[in-house]
Amino acid sequence: MTPTASRRNYQLPFTIRIEPRLNVPRWLAPLVSVGAIVVALLLGAVVLKLVGGDPLAAYAHIGRAAFGDIGVFSDTLVKATPLIMVGLACSVAFRMKLWNIGAEGQFYMGALGASAVILSGLVPETASRPVTIAVMLVAGMLCGAAWGLIPGWLKAQLRVNEIITTLMMNYIAVALVNFFVFAVWSEGGFQMSKTFQKAAWLPRLADYAKEFTAFRGLTTHFGLVFGVLAAVVAWYILYRSLWGYEIRLIGDNARAAEYAGINITRNTVLVMMLSGALAGLAGVSEIAGVVHRLQTSISPGYGFTGIIIAWLAKLNPLVVIPVSILFGGLILAGREIQPSGVPRLIQGIILFMLIASEVLLRYRIRIVRTAAVGTEA
Amino acid sequence: MADSFLAVEMRGIVKRFPGVLANDHVDFDLRAGEIHALLGENGAGKSTLMSVLAGLYKPEAGAILVHGQPAQFNSPRDAIARGLGMIHQHFTLVPSQTVTENILLGLDEPRFLMRLPNYDKRMAELGTRFGLQITPQAKVWQLTVGEQQRVEILKMLYRGVQVLIMDEPTAVLAPQEIEELFKTLRAMAGEGKSIVFISHKLNEVMAIADRITVLRHGRVTAAGLRSADTSKAELAKLMVGRTVLFDLDKKPQAPGEAVLTLDGVCADNDKGRPALRNVSLAVRAGEIVGVAGVAGNGQSELAEVITGLRHCTAGRVLVQGEDITNRPARLAIHKGVAHVPEDRAHVGSAPNLSITDNVIMKSYRHPPLAKGGSLDRSAARRNAERLKEEYAILAPSVDTPVRLLSGGNLQRVILARELSAKPQLLIAMQPTRGLDVGAIEGVQRLLLTQREAGAAVLLVSEELEEIFALSDRIVVLYEGEIAGEITEHDPEAIGLMMTGGKRRTGG
Repeated sequence: MTPTASRRNYQLPFTIRIEPRLNVPRWLAPLVSVGAIVVALLLGAVVLKLVGGDPLAAYAHIGRAAFGDIGVFSDTLVKATPLIMVGLACSVAFRMKLWNIGAEGQFYMGALGASAVILSGLVPETASRPVTIAVMLVAGMLCGAAWGLIPGWLKAQLRVNEIITTLMMNYIAVALVNFFVFAVWSEGGFQMSKTFQKAAWLPRLADYAKEFTAFRGLTTHFGLVFGVLAAVVAWYILYRSLWGYEIRLIGDNARAAEYAGINITRNTVLVMMLSGALAGLAGVSEIAGVVHRLQTSISPGYGFTGIIIAWLAKLNPLVVIPVSILFGGLILAGREIQPSGVPRLIQGIILFMLIASEVLLRYRIRIVRTAAVGTEA
Repeated sequence: MADSFLAVEMRGIVKRFPGVLANDHVDFDLRAGEIHALLGENGAGKSTLMSVLAGLYKPEAGAILVHGQPAQFNSPRDAIARGLGMIHQHFTLVPSQTVTENILLGLDEPRFLMRLPNYDKRMAELGTRFGLQITPQAKVWQLTVGEQQRVEILKMLYRGVQVLIMDEPTAVLAPQEIEELFKTLRAMAGEGKSIVFISHKLNEVMAIADRITVLRHGRVTAAGLRSADTSKAELAKLMVGRTVLFDLDKKPQAPGEAVLTLDGVCADNDKGRPALRNVSLAVRAGEIVGVAGVAGNGQSELAEVITGLRHCTAGRVLVQGEDITNRPARLAIHKGVAHVPEDRAHVGSAPNLSITDNVIMKSYRHPPLAKGGSLDRSAARRNAERLKEEYAILAPSVDTPVRLLSGGNLQRVILARELSAKPQLLIAMQPTRGLDVGAIEGVQRLLLTQREAGAAVLLVSEELEEIFALSDRIVVLYEGEIAGEITEHDPEAIGLMMTGGKRRTGG
């Protein structure tokens, strides 16, 4: 509060008012998002200029490096594949306001589970590719789900904050993978296991180069199909199933859900398991599609990028796909320009702008001419 | 323009909110030493107009004169400096501090050393002068709501206000406390202070006000009527714009079997303190049992115990002969218990979900809405369209998020959901609170329709008039116990029971 006399009439000829929107037109959300990205790129250009770069050239380079030809676009899709899955993992959990920050750990557990069935010899080397892959998927997703179950159960039964538990469990998962890589499955003292048998490799486009010459050298693997399928399934669960209705109701108003007779305890555990399984799927896909062995540092922080992707996709599983491709491109192109630094910074600006632009969806800003002096006094 | 008798003059006040013209060229004047009631339905613009006077809002147009001098307020502090103070519905007190500390908060004196005992004495003196009994050393959290209101009044008196604006001051009080408040207000008016009394309750306005100004849809429909020259019926007409039926057409009807039986029920509140003590009660098919009582005497806990939302520490809850004590909320829903909750926004609805999603909250598990594990979207939509029509829910479409609906329309959404399930037992908590007079009547008729359809209805309300108009039997809850039961129209007896003055055994 200001003292009585200090704030007197030095008024502008207009005032800016922020008013809540009563209804949001359908076209507004995409328009605002595109506008936010444009503004972010402009700001990024200023930064590039300040560090002595040529913004136009840099952006052109990013575009070419990520989407310039079929070869690099294929690489972009390889990066996008795990992002889709962890993006989905975060989306389903966040939809219920369960803040699963542990997709990274669940990713590692998925990779560990899938590797375990191969390296322990549970799946014989002679097993066919579909059987091998199926067992890997089940094992990896179960391990991811288990990594979601623990914080889910703690949250549901003992009200332990899931942000803390999921975050901490990331470190445990990474350490666990390191333990197996260094101690159990170490190949000749290196920090990696032996390479899996071919039956445990997800097929790549390049594998069909004989039939389709256009596919030569393309690294995009079958995990992308799993990712898209998972997105469709997650979308159906959230928007078309009874369970999804319960999840959305709990997410919007837990007390109302309780009042409607919905078991929140059970749903907390189940949704955390689903989220963990989706992140685990990403781990399986990365192991079987790209790395083909278990090693340390299999993720450059996919699980955390998933949080951003889920948020940018407004928790809509189908929107997660294009957002992941955009981010996959940025990660790839970023490496081309500079290992870290400016591309990361531009990513940050884009994210910041997109989140800040939310306010335009909820409020409208009006500039109103101030009434002539005299009527107001 | 300047009139020496007028403490305050407001001319042509215009205040706009997004999508609403809250005040449309409103004139209002207040004489020195009068109690002036500002009457109107919810959303008529009463609180807005007074918030403009108290410096909380700046009007788009219009002028304020205080004792004939033009005034412009940039903050409530400016208004208080000119002798205008407002007490809001929600108090602004610091619970962990004493009465005196709360009153001194934000003032320039004392500067560094508190010297509280001196001030305690002053507060006690000020209180005595206006008939406000308080203990200056008491911490605010220890006080009842009525006592907290007294602290708010003292706060304003201590700041030397000449004009006191009170926004719905009786909403939180028991009948006896209202009487005390009125005494204080009269004492203040006797000293030449002016009081603006915002209310939508006709009885109280007739009892306390010297003059009455009525607002409707942001405009003045009657300015400065002398209360001696008017009647409740005329005021109601001015408020609503049409004649309101006060006598609901309640048909006599013999109740059937007991649908709800409570047997020695005890429960704790959220803080783990006993909230219900040994409550026994039966509600039969085709009767409305009213539960009267000042808020916070166990009403919410009673509803939650019956609907399975609160743990019962002792006793039994039977619905249609089946013991549902401490069983999941879902079982109560399955047994035909409908629940119109007190808190519409935080319990009764999911604000960001559509009308379609909100009206299926209790029926989504069963066909025709459920198809295997999937939700039949088109069936849900048809269901919502039908209810929107049947219950006259005003909204652009069934896809509209319910947070955008007005209070009355949100209540219709909740009623549509609860009543369309054809309940055996309806628990209605404050079903008309905050609604317009017109909407109130609609809701009350719906409750009577349920009674005629043979449902057992437990009606919890703080509006005694409503309880009397609708109930076949009335029980009074006081500190978690049933203080008594009443069948005749006897406000005096109820008032005593509500404040713990008199106890009768239920019968």
